[in-house]
Amino acid sequence: MKKYLAFFRLRFTMGLQYRAAALGGLACQFFWGAMAILAFGAFYKTDPASFPMSMPATASYIWLQQALLTLVSMGGIDQEFFNVIQSGNVAYELCRPVDVYGMWYARSAATRVANAFMRCMPVLAVAALVPAPYGLSAPPSLTAFLLFLVSLALALGVVTALGMIVYMLTFHTISPRGVRLIAVGASDFFSGNIVPLPFFPEGFRQFSELLPFSSTANVPIRIYTGDLYGQEMLWLMLLQAFWIAALVALGKLLEWKELKNVVVQGG
Amino acid sequence: MLKLYGKYFSIHLKSVMQYKGSFFATVIGSFLTSFTVFLGIFFLFQRFHQVEDFTYEQVLLCYGIMLMGFAVAQMFASGFKVFDSMIANGEFDRILCRPRNEIFQVLAYRVDFVRIGMLLQGVVMLAYGLLSCQVDWNFPRVVTVVFMVIGGCVLFSALFLLDGSIAFFTLQGLEFMNVFTYGAIEHGKYPLGIYGREMLTFCTFVVPYALVQYYPLTYVLGRSDNPFFIFLPLVACLFVIPCWIVWRIGVRRYKSTGS
Repeated sequence: MKKYLAFFRLRFTMGLQYRAAALGGLACQFFWGAMAILAFGAFYKTDPASFPMSMPATASYIWLQQALLTLVSMGGIDQEFFNVIQSGNVAYELCRPVDVYGMWYARSAATRVANAFMRCMPVLAVAALVPAPYGLSAPPSLTAFLLFLVSLALALGVVTALGMIVYMLTFHTISPRGVRLIAVGASDFFSGNIVPLPFFPEGFRQFSELLPFSSTANVPIRIYTGDLYGQEMLWLMLLQAFWIAALVALGKLLEWKELKNVVVQGG
Repeated sequence: MLKLYGKYFSIHLKSVMQYKGSFFATVIGSFLTSFTVFLGIFFLFQRFHQVEDFTYEQVLLCYGIMLMGFAVAQMFASGFKVFDSMIANGEFDRILCRPRNEIFQVLAYRVDFVRIGMLLQGVVMLAYGLLSCQVDWNFPRVVTVVFMVIGGCVLFSALFLLDGSIAFFTLQGLEFMNVFTYGAIEHGKYPLGIYGREMLTFCTFVVPYALVQYYPLTYVLGRSDNPFFIFLPLVACLFVIPCWIVWRIGVRRYKSTGS
């Protein structure tokens, strides 16, 4: 465990070096969030009765989603390992006396935390200053906030495990572009990144909630906005824990299968 | 020049066909990315039926037009998207040595065929929008739609050119520029008027998205009969000029990175 923590720490401090990039990203996220909220605002004005969440909750949802983008969305996947696989440098990784899966898992989780560390707070701080109903409002209770944090940690576990599966599939296809596009597309959609899950039609929403993709950003953010509580919340948090176990197992299995067949072509 | 481009084009086509599996996976991925956005629109309209006073069919028409322009620009102007790496690895130095226009060579450097997935999506949505949105089609309206697609394509290409030009000054692409390209296609799926007056003003006078989208759309849908709106997408094409000037300044003060 200690060595994985060391990998995590190393990667985390490395991630903190890219401050200029973070600043650019921040500006992007502000703009993105503002536009999304304006669009939902327009729908709200047209027909407020059909809105599944209140407008302030929707605005909070979108600001949190933007703030946590690098932490729990598939788009925040660490690019480095794709290069490592494609260029053949993976040979060096395989030489190390640690398990590749564990090492990469720790490192890609660290990249996410480091990126989020720089991006999350400024977005949230400014969003909190935006006047209601378009700003970020407080969670319904302290318990909800604490549960939000627990669920966020679980979401990080799920999304990192999903990312590991994408890496393992890249061993097979070499070019990461297709697999990544499909994974990001599916995960963006089912995690409520394009349209929050409460806006999905009944039935389809329940189906989406069972998928591992929705065990990422969807659960913690909806706990924070007060949309998810009680029994349903507990059930979805349990599902998050289940998906971590299942996806890690699947990732390990793929690792075992793929690494048996890896051929590094000299160089 | 066109013949030379054709040659480059066929080389790029052959090279992607070497990795067919990966190519088709990427085409599917590209299609999926814009398809999920469509699904999002579909779900929202199942619930709300309209936004401001635009119906589902009208929004699809609008998004289809934008997506086609964007997909074509992404396919053919993608050289500018990797331009920062061309500066970093010295590829641009080689380009400057050759007796052809630099912009032409950057355009010919990369053709991103996988955007066909997105283009296809745009065509399907446009076709559906055209057939279902109960517009009384006449010649000026058809011309307006054609102009909108062309205008969108030129506008997005100009933005990619600007994005590439910035690499002359920063040596690394700016993530912020994504707002003007990916952000615009993501949020330009709805007619820009719904985002409020300030946003519309910005999209009219600063970056002329509204000239290829909102104003001509109101003409096509018969909400305005100002014939001037037909030609606004062509006016938007003038946006290329400032982008080209930035590029020229960049080329003039370009110092090789030495790799």
